[in-house]
Amino acid sequence: MDKILDLKNWYIQKFEHLERNLNGDSNTIHSLRRDAISYFSDLKFPSLKDEDWKYTNIDPLLKYNFKPVDPKKKIAPIQPEKIQKFLFDKMEHSLLVFINGHYSEELSNIQDLPKDVIVSNIASAISNHSSIVKKHFGQYADYKNHIFTALSTAFIKDGVFVYIPDGKIIEHPIHVLFLSDCKEEKLLIQPRNLFVAGKNSQATIIEHYTSFEDCTYFTNTVTEVVADENAIVDHIKLQEESKNAFHIARMEVDQERNSNFTSHLISTGGDISRNDFNTRFNNEGGECILNGLFLTTGTQLFDIHSMIDHAKPHCNSHEHYKGILDDKSRGVFNGKVMVRKDAQKTNAFQENNNIILSDSALINTKPQLEIFADDVKCSHGATIGQLDSEAMFYLKSRGIGEETARTILIRAFASDVIKSIKINEVRNYLEEILNKRFNS
Amino acid sequence: MLEIKNLHANIEGKEILKGINLKINKGEVHAIMGPNGSGKSTLAQVLAGREEYEVTEGEVLYQGQNLLEMKPEDRARAGIFLAFQYPVEIPGVSNTNLLKTALNEIRKYRGEEELDAMEFLSLIKKRMQLVELDKTLLSRSVNEGFSGGEKKRNEIFQMAVLEPKLAILDETDSGLDIDALRIVANGVNKLKNSESSTIVVTHYQRLLNYIIPDFVHVLYKGKIIKSGGKELALELEDKGYDWVKDHIDEVVEQG
Repeated sequence: MDKILDLKNWYIQKFEHLERNLNGDSNTIHSLRRDAISYFSDLKFPSLKDEDWKYTNIDPLLKYNFKPVDPKKKIAPIQPEKIQKFLFDKMEHSLLVFINGHYSEELSNIQDLPKDVIVSNIASAISNHSSIVKKHFGQYADYKNHIFTALSTAFIKDGVFVYIPDGKIIEHPIHVLFLSDCKEEKLLIQPRNLFVAGKNSQATIIEHYTSFEDCTYFTNTVTEVVADENAIVDHIKLQEESKNAFHIARMEVDQERNSNFTSHLISTGGDISRNDFNTRFNNEGGECILNGLFLTTGTQLFDIHSMIDHAKPHCNSHEHYKGILDDKSRGVFNGKVMVRKDAQKTNAFQENNNIILSDSALINTKPQLEIFADDVKCSHGATIGQLDSEAMFYLKSRGIGEETARTILIRAFASDVIKSIKINEVRNYLEEILNKRFNS
Repeated sequence: MLEIKNLHANIEGKEILKGINLKINKGEVHAIMGPNGSGKSTLAQVLAGREEYEVTEGEVLYQGQNLLEMKPEDRARAGIFLAFQYPVEIPGVSNTNLLKTALNEIRKYRGEEELDAMEFLSLIKKRMQLVELDKTLLSRSVNEGFSGGEKKRNEIFQMAVLEPKLAILDETDSGLDIDALRIVANGVNKLKNSESSTIVVTHYQRLLNYIIPDFVHVLYKGKIIKSGGKELALELEDKGYDWVKDHIDEVVEQG
């Protein structure tokens, strides 16, 4: 326990250091930081005794004193060729690149956007658009009960800010690339994103986490999304962190009347990756789709805790997560759908399917429905299995070899999640990942 | 082409095949008939290499090679094709993808060039006509949501594309209406040639009106108890399986 206390003190010291170096660069965000650090010092790091962390042991993460990135420190320039393989070249899009949490203007390329649309790094937005940022920032991701969100909020520095005023449409996707370049110290990188879609607006955002090398660092990220009335937000997250990295992510989505939010979470990286994903219907007619695909090997652990809050009537939610687990890796799916008393005519469907490729991989899956309304259509289910031996034999009997047959069946399993992604380029990118992974 | 000698096979410790002997030459059509549970499908599956069956005795030579030592995929590559009694549904794998992968693996095994997309398309177009298969089925997942008849036709379509040397049709006729039966039989007949052989496993004589066998064998309790020409099928149809059963049971009792 003392070690963990030391660790907390370490982060608190780092905060004090940050504060001393602000040199009067204080603004409203800073009072949020201070509030958050005080909550951080009171909260405890979760352990297996906490119901929400029952299957996810974060001791390996707590072993390290990760160093928050120094906002003043200049990053070494990176040649554009070096990031080429992470890009969706053939697609028209805006690109924002962050290296170890620092925004790289040189590597980024933001397209001409409709009037009043803002796509920028959040540090600039805090200075340039403070009233809009202030209205939403930190309003959805509660840091008072969540230690990692408190840590994120205390060190708010940079991330992405997208603001689409009423009636505007961002035609081409926004690709946000968070790259870790971690030759040196073990870094704590904390991207902080805010996406605000006004009434009748539309945008597609790709949040992409990856690294140059398989080194150890800690990404602790928080993304807040607001979808106002009739807005359409399509969100894709690609988590391809280093296999030795820790990835703790929180996403909070606030949905207003008739809004439509689609999410795809594709996760292949990280030693431990934990995703807390909460969406709320604040008004009628909303729709949300949460699809996910996770691939784990070695001793990786992937954990998704989702909560879809049907607070109002006539909303639809579809959640479908698929896991492919190999070696000694582990997975946790905990999906909760809450249908509150007023939420009549709710349609909520939830499913989690998993394939276990080895004898020692393990998945803990817990789909949960809590229904307090009486006129709703809800279903949930989970499956865990091996590759279908009948299908294997059928393929072999057509002349297809063992390895290829395996690959075909694994890809078939993953295909419906991938196919439901609307962007062709992203689908191809994922097919390529699957190719590399399963065509040895 | 194929020589089966004293073949014994078990599944989960239960002996199903109890000494099968059968010789098939190039260009011949052999029908294997028999009541339910006699071991017909087991024989078909063992020949295709289904791992669940354990061969305990005997040997099978295919074109001079020891078939039982070959992996199922190698058997297919060497020209054996099993049309499944119950074709397997594979969600997420398109019919086209399956066939293209299979065909190219087979070609690679035989040292032939892989087909390019155009060549492949023109080939499957031709073969589809053979079994009057609806082209929308091509892009659909393998057998998923197909009707019984569509599944059986899809098997024969795959066979037409892969051009086996030894085709084993496992109750391809069961569940087919007469029109579908004619289509399937017609497809099989068109694919036959002097270099290829066919084993037709069936419970009913009906199919044999359309695919005329050179030899008919009756399988009962894991053994071939009677062999003859195509007229044996008619006799069976006429007198029923009890006729041979009585015959064999008599023999067993006497023995």
